[in-house]
Order: sequence, then structure tokens, then C-alpha cells
Amino acid sequence: MPLTFYRKPALIAYVTCGDPDLVTTREIVLAAIEAGADAIELGVPFSDPVADGPVIQRASERALKNGTTLAQVLTLAAEIRQHAQSTGLVIFSYLNPIVRMGTEKFCAVARHAGVDGVLVTDLPVEESHDYLRAMRRNDLAPIFLAAPTSPDSRLKRIAEASQGFIYAVSRTGVTGARQQLAADTEKLVRRLRRMTKLPIAVGFGLSNAEQAAEVGKFADAVVVGSAIVERIEQNCAHEATAVAEFVRELSAVRGESI
Amino acid sequence: MATASVNKPRIRAGERNGGSLPARQPGRFGPYGGRYVPETLMAALEELEREYEKANRDKKFQQRLDELLRTYAGRPTPLTFARRLTEKLGGAKIYLKREDLLHTGAHKINNCLGQALLVERMGKRRVIAETGAGQHGVATATVCALFGFDCVVYMGSEDMRRQELNVFRMRLLGAEVRAVDSGSRTLKDAINEAMRDWVTHVRTTHYLLGSVLGAHPYPTMVRDFHRVIGREARAQMMKAAKKLPAAVIACVGGGSNAIGIFYEFIKDKNVQLIGVEAGGRSDALGDHAARFHGGSPGVLQGTYSYVLQDAAGQIANTHSVSAGLDYPSIGPEHAALRDSGRAEYVSASDADALAATARLARTEGIIPALESAHAVAEVMKRAPKMKKSDAIVVNISGRGDKDIGILRENLKLE
Repeated sequence: MPLTFYRKPALIAYVTCGDPDLVTTREIVLAAIEAGADAIELGVPFSDPVADGPVIQRASERALKNGTTLAQVLTLAAEIRQHAQSTGLVIFSYLNPIVRMGTEKFCAVARHAGVDGVLVTDLPVEESHDYLRAMRRNDLAPIFLAAPTSPDSRLKRIAEASQGFIYAVSRTGVTGARQQLAADTEKLVRRLRRMTKLPIAVGFGLSNAEQAAEVGKFADAVVVGSAIVERIEQNCAHEATAVAEFVRELSAVRGESI
Repeated sequence: MATASVNKPRIRAGERNGGSLPARQPGRFGPYGGRYVPETLMAALEELEREYEKANRDKKFQQRLDELLRTYAGRPTPLTFARRLTEKLGGAKIYLKREDLLHTGAHKINNCLGQALLVERMGKRRVIAETGAGQHGVATATVCALFGFDCVVYMGSEDMRRQELNVFRMRLLGAEVRAVDSGSRTLKDAINEAMRDWVTHVRTTHYLLGSVLGAHPYPTMVRDFHRVIGREARAQMMKAAKKLPAAVIACVGGGSNAIGIFYEFIKDKNVQLIGVEAGGRSDALGDHAARFHGGSPGVLQGTYSYVLQDAAGQIANTHSVSAGLDYPSIGPEHAALRDSGRAEYVSASDADALAATARLARTEGIIPALESAHAVAEVMKRAPKMKKSDAIVVNISGRGDKDIGILRENLKLE
């Protein structure tokens, strides 16, 4: 069960696949796992990433310049799975590349690749009926976003539709590192707890070990994205080493595995 | 079709309709439309939908909107018989629906006034918008000045260059114009940036979307605010010619002016509805914005519709001489009208549109916006083949003052 988290908080590392290229992405992911990441979000680059801040926008542009496709990301997932049996693998995508491939086909290929879960940024629960059916048929965990603006009625639907874990968005806004954790993050996690026994991951804006430790006090997992992508951008030719070092820093604040 | 599998309209729990036909879901046009946005925006869309439904039932709201349209925007707009153009083309009688005469110079003000009243009802003070040609940006800046809202308009830097007059107008009206440098630096990229602003400031900000695009309720709501165009045109036609037109023609970027003039005629099965997309400079992907001639169903910026995209689902760049048509997707209701065959969609090239601009200017003394000139270009192709007893209504959705710079670059006048 690779989406079962044994450490608290579990560390989920996001990368935009194909930035700077797919071979390097593979090295980065394997190094991050080695350094302590419990799960990996494999970001599928999209031409119009409306939920992303400048860092992931730039990464997506670089990845698309290389011609990175969803099909290639799934192949990459299969390669990573061969080297890392116990790490959670989540595909993180906008909807259109999946629609273009065909939802059924996408789910079948993802399952075959050894993917555990899928998060589609711009697919809210009410539009996900057929998607959920395809996911279920292929034994994939649908992971939904929960936002500070979601009323309890929506959180309930999100909790019911989700498997694996729920991704709580720490603040209103796009992805990207911030200095401070939003005050309503903990409140959102508390509201979710009343509705689900699933682990709750917190993401959007987390950029350092102190924030990870703080989130660890009330959530089960932290997602670090833009801060990792930024290190990839700034460490041309030694991306994997730089990411591994950062993941070790983030990892160090956590307790031993339980 | 495998691509539609996540998007099929489905029967909602509790609804019974014999289990065969899918229930008509709000925000769906056939399989198209829907609400594909990050979770953070969902509550705001639900609030907007509720508020819009309430306003729709509220007589006072309708009265205030009607009054603003009449006393501020300049409705009703006339239907002008284009005598000289009709004679020169030698076929159907041509009537021009004069949205170009509205305050701010285009139909966009209809929707902006409607949404501004909603913003007031929702108690928000900050309004953001995207703009392509600048017409929607100017209309938004205008209503924000009128209502006293803070206003930020996102505009692609390429569009700012080619529509610099409108950039100045927006600033004069007190709006902040933010340049968008990502992607092709046109309308699509401006919408991306507006959505990012909205997702960040959603609690205090209303996104005044300018076309029948985006997540539900926008395509329905924006259409409803523009239905007045078709209502007037139909009545004016009956008065002028004692019969319905054989065809109604409008340009289609997102498709707000087109759906606005089409909607009242949908039930009149003998009236042909013709939308004109931007054919750009060639048929190659990236050189045009004709979504129905090279596009395929996909999800972009909140809605499921026809999209110009590559084999991997990445959105293609587009080109059109008219910034307002330069967009890779199309309103979902147009996709449904196209699939059902109720409306037909053709395209006009940059060159056709430029020629049509000069033709209308010189035969009727009316300089249309380059967007509207695409519809005029189709009229020029179609009218000579039609009977003299037939009539065509073409929507002159905006005026061409904003395009003078582009026209000067492209038209060699002796």
C-alpha cells in the first residue's frame, strides 16, 4: 500500500516532469525517494496552468519545449516504480491532457505503470462521475483538493469521493513558496477531520523545514512543490543532488517511522 | 468518443427521467460546458450562480438593468438597412445590427452592466477582467467607474501593443491594466492570469468574464445579458420587413455577440444562424482561431468545448488580425449548436476581414471593428447568392476606431 504513510508528517515531493528533461526528472525523483520522500507527485506539464504560480509555470514551459507528454510521464512512472516499490506515486495533472488521451485509457495505462493515485487540479467532485468510475475500475485512488473557501457541504462530498489522501490547499491562491503559513490552514484540516479518516496532506506554499514541522503538528503529510522546482531551476546540471539535499533537510524535522 | 467520457452529462441523484435521456443539467449544452476549475473557486461560482438566479427572478434588478441599458449604454441600438452594400452585392437585403453605436463602442457593455449590478448585490468592491481587443476591458473599466469599484484588467502584452488606444482609455477610466507576458501574450494568457488573481483574492473579488466562456454560470449568464441584441433585432426586422431574416450572421471569438443575436432566433427554424471564426493567415495550427475547423473537444479555462490543441492535449497558439477573435476555444453553447446543426460556422481570413472593413466603410460610412468585419466578409460572400427577397441581419458588434493603427498598417489606401 504505497499511499499509506508511516511517518508523520509524511513528505510528498512534487516535480514537473520533463523539467529540464525526463531523464533528469527520473534522477531527481529517485534521489528524492532515497533522501526520504514518502510519495512523489509527478506533475504533468500543461500549456495553461491556471492554478500555478510563476515557478511551476516556468517549469511547465521548459518541459513543454522539450515536447513532454502525458504518455511519457506515465512511462516515467513505470520506470520509477521498478526502482521504488514502496513509494507512493501520484499523477498531478490538469484535465485536458487526460481528456485528450481518453480517461479510460489514461487510467488503464496509469494502473499498468504502477501509479497509486491521481489528482486533477481543475476537476471538482461534481464533474468527476465518469472519472471516478474509471479510477475505481483501475484501482487508482482519486485525490481531490479541499480549499479554505470550501464550505462544509463541499468538504463532505470531497471526503466521500477521495481515496488515498485528501489534499488540503493551505491558502487561497496559486502554487508557490511563501514565508508564512496561512492561519486558516489548521482550521481547514480540523474541519476535514470531522468528515474523514483518510490522511490529510497540506500543500501550496510550503517551502522549508520549519513550516513542514508546523504542519506536521496537525496534518498527516506535507506537499512541497514550488520550492523543489525552484531548486531544480537554480541548480542546472546537478539538480538531483540539490533536491536530495533539500529533501533531507525537510525530512530531518520528522520523527522516526511509526 | 473516448474523449468525452469524463464530461458526459449525467443524471443527478434523485432525478428520474426514465433512465434513458440524461437530465438537462444547469451549465451544460449537450455534452459541453460544465465547471472545471480548482476547488478554491467552486464556492465563488456557486455564490455567483445563486445570486444570478435570484437576480433573474427579481423585477427590480431587471428594471435597473433595463434602465441602465437605455439611459447609459444607449439601447435599443438601431437596425440599419445597408442600401448601397445591398445594391452592390445584388442579392439579399442586408441589415446591420448596430451594437457599434453603444457606449464604449461594442456590445460588451451589455454584459458588464449586468455583472456590475450582481457585484453590487454580492457586496464585493474589487473587479478583475481579461481583455483581448480591449473592448471588454474598456467596458469593464467603464462600469467600475460608474459603480465605484476597484478595477484591474489583464491584457496580453501583444494585445496591448496592437490595441494601445484602448489601453489608454482603460487607464483614463481609472483601471489598472496589467500586462501579461506568458504564452502568446494574447487573450488566453490574460484569462489565465485573471484566474490566478481570482483564485488568490476570491473572497473579495469578482471576475467579470467578458464572453460566453469559462465555468458555469458564466456561459449562461453572459448569454442572457446579451440576449437583448437578438430580441431587439427580431422585433426590428419584423417591423422593417414584416418577416424574419433568412440568415443571421455574427463573428465568433468566445461567441458572446453571436449567441446574443442568435438566441432569440433559435426557435425560428427557417432562420439560418451563421457564426464566423477567424481564419487568420493560413489553415495551419497556430495560424488561425477557427476552432470548428481544426479543433476538437477539450477542457480549457473552466469549460468543455472545442479547442485548438495538439495530439497530447496542449493548447495551441492562435493568430488573428483581430485580437478579440484570437482565442483557442469557443463558448460551449456554440459547440452544441454546431453539433446539432442548428448553427453553421465558417471562417474569414485576415485579408477577407480587412477588405470587408474598407468595403463597409466606403459603401455605408460605417467602420466596423475588425472582429465584426469577419461577419461582414461572410455577408459579402453569401448575399450575392441569395434571393433579393431574402434578408440578412449581420451583427456589427463593435466599431473600428480601436483598430485604426492596425488598419493603417495593413490597408494600402490610394
